[in-house]
Amino acid sequence: MDGPADPGRRDFIHIVATAAGIGGIAAVAWPLIDQMNPAADTLAVASTEFDMAKVALGQQVVIIWRKQPVFVRHRTPVEIAKARADDNAPMKDPATDASRVKAGHEEWLVVLASCTHLGCIPTFAQGDYGGWLCPCHGSQYDLSARIRKGPAPLNLVLPDYAFIGPTKVKIG
Amino acid sequence: MSDHPSTYQPGTAIERWLDPRLPIIRFGADLMSFPTPRNLNYWYTFGGILAFCLGVQIVTGIVLAMHYDPSGTGAFLSVQRGIMRDINYGWLIRSLHANGASMFFVAVYLHILRGLYYGSYKAPREVLWLLGCVIYLLMMATAFMGYVLPWGQMSFWGAKVITSLFGAFPLIGKPLTALLWGGYSVDDPTLNRFFSLHYLLPFVIAAVVGLHIWALHVPGNANPTGVEVKSKADTLPFHPYYTVKDLFAVSVFMILFAVFVFYMPEALGKVDNQVMADPLKTPAHIVPEWYLLPFYAILRAIPDKLTGVLALAGAIGMLFILPWLDTSKVRSMRYRPTYRLFFVIWIVACAALGWCGSQEPDGQIINGLAGPVLIDYDINSVTWLSRIAAMYYFAYFLVITPILGLTETPLPVPDSLYTPVLSHPAGVPAGAAAAPETKG
Repeated sequence: MDGPADPGRRDFIHIVATAAGIGGIAAVAWPLIDQMNPAADTLAVASTEFDMAKVALGQQVVIIWRKQPVFVRHRTPVEIAKARADDNAPMKDPATDASRVKAGHEEWLVVLASCTHLGCIPTFAQGDYGGWLCPCHGSQYDLSARIRKGPAPLNLVLPDYAFIGPTKVKIG
Repeated sequence: MSDHPSTYQPGTAIERWLDPRLPIIRFGADLMSFPTPRNLNYWYTFGGILAFCLGVQIVTGIVLAMHYDPSGTGAFLSVQRGIMRDINYGWLIRSLHANGASMFFVAVYLHILRGLYYGSYKAPREVLWLLGCVIYLLMMATAFMGYVLPWGQMSFWGAKVITSLFGAFPLIGKPLTALLWGGYSVDDPTLNRFFSLHYLLPFVIAAVVGLHIWALHVPGNANPTGVEVKSKADTLPFHPYYTVKDLFAVSVFMILFAVFVFYMPEALGKVDNQVMADPLKTPAHIVPEWYLLPFYAILRAIPDKLTGVLALAGAIGMLFILPWLDTSKVRSMRYRPTYRLFFVIWIVACAALGWCGSQEPDGQIINGLAGPVLIDYDINSVTWLSRIAAMYYFAYFLVITPILGLTETPLPVPDSLYTPVLSHPAGVPAGAAAAPETKG
């Protein structure tokens, strides 16, 4: 078989054609992958307002934000003191109690009710640290929702929230 | 064996016309006359049983899809009210499908154990083995997504836990789980895509099964002695010898299947799944289906999330690399008594992991005995039993298998696969023919 007159030119055409083909496949693949990401209407319901006046001292309510449960806990002075006393204890994801609440609102703990291990909802007042125990794989959180024992890597996540009134918060 | 010459003679005029155009009848006839080792025992019937299982799942699944509503509000009712109560024979078809999944895994585990015991994964059958591992992975993915569809509490929280596994990876974890969920959590979009993929994957499995059978027909079947077929005298045509043997095995298997379908349809299910999915309430004790329990126990045994996920993946990965871990030249464990012993312990370790996966992590092995606490858990706890069993699981593959292959002295391997058959005249147990009246 006779080779092409200019082999370099033929190679160049091969490379360009292959690159264009790969680029084309990638361009088509992206919409097919990205369609699986959260849709615009799902992303639109991104914030929730909640009046915490209804939550009695020592009570905890579960509200829904972005279709996920959120714990709003009205902590007693004893709980706050306990959480602060543990500030220097050895922890996987060290954080002070003050960094977990808004200044001036230390009695309110607002965290995602989703275990940072595999997403189960932890149960309050169980485990060795007075806080939450995850029923799935035994992760234990303290009164500041910091991870103290078990497989979860991180403290319960603090959502973005701000006080928009004395007892009213906007989450998200 | 791929050199097995075609013996097909087109008989009718239609066959003579078709054969040069599309030799599909020749293809089927050659499959049926395929030379198969004459010493295959009943452990070799699970391939046929698995083909039967896949067929059952596809047929019943297509029917169920005609009545299923893949939405968060409708899914649970379409299953529990529509299919289970209102639709003609819906209860039967669902029972076949749900229990069929368990039966499928019973068969695939026995098929895998057969392959491990007789060394079916060794050269030249590595690709055949790898394709089998791919089918097993696809089966687990399909079964997991199928379990989500009834949208009960265990469906929902199982989905949450398993998809959250992917969140363990640094950087890509979060975007990856959002991509899987199509939202901030498991929700309607998740259910919809799982339904779509659950319908797709069985056909992908069927395609890989095609490759698996192709890869089987290149070197031909392995056999219990591990000695390769040396001549035509070592073989029998697949049909009628093994078609009938497989059909008999399938019939026996169907009895077990029917016992579950008709007498204990919910025995393998979880009662929590009779409650509709509630994203605000985690069941007190989440457990996967029985066939995933050993891997679940490995995940829980490790106190670090990412390491746990990697160990879970690695446990399945061990099967993939096994052909390159086994250094022994002897294929069958019949002639490797030491390895056989370690293999039996490995099965016990897998069973122990399965049991641990079904228990609470803090549960005690010996009731009422408190031991010292080591790495977060009491020595006398389910978690520590899982840890020990998981260590053995990995040591079996990564330490015992490579080293023992080099150090073990195997028993004498027969010259041909026919020799051990001839040494037991007529295959009758000694003494049985001499005094039949004294035997129970």
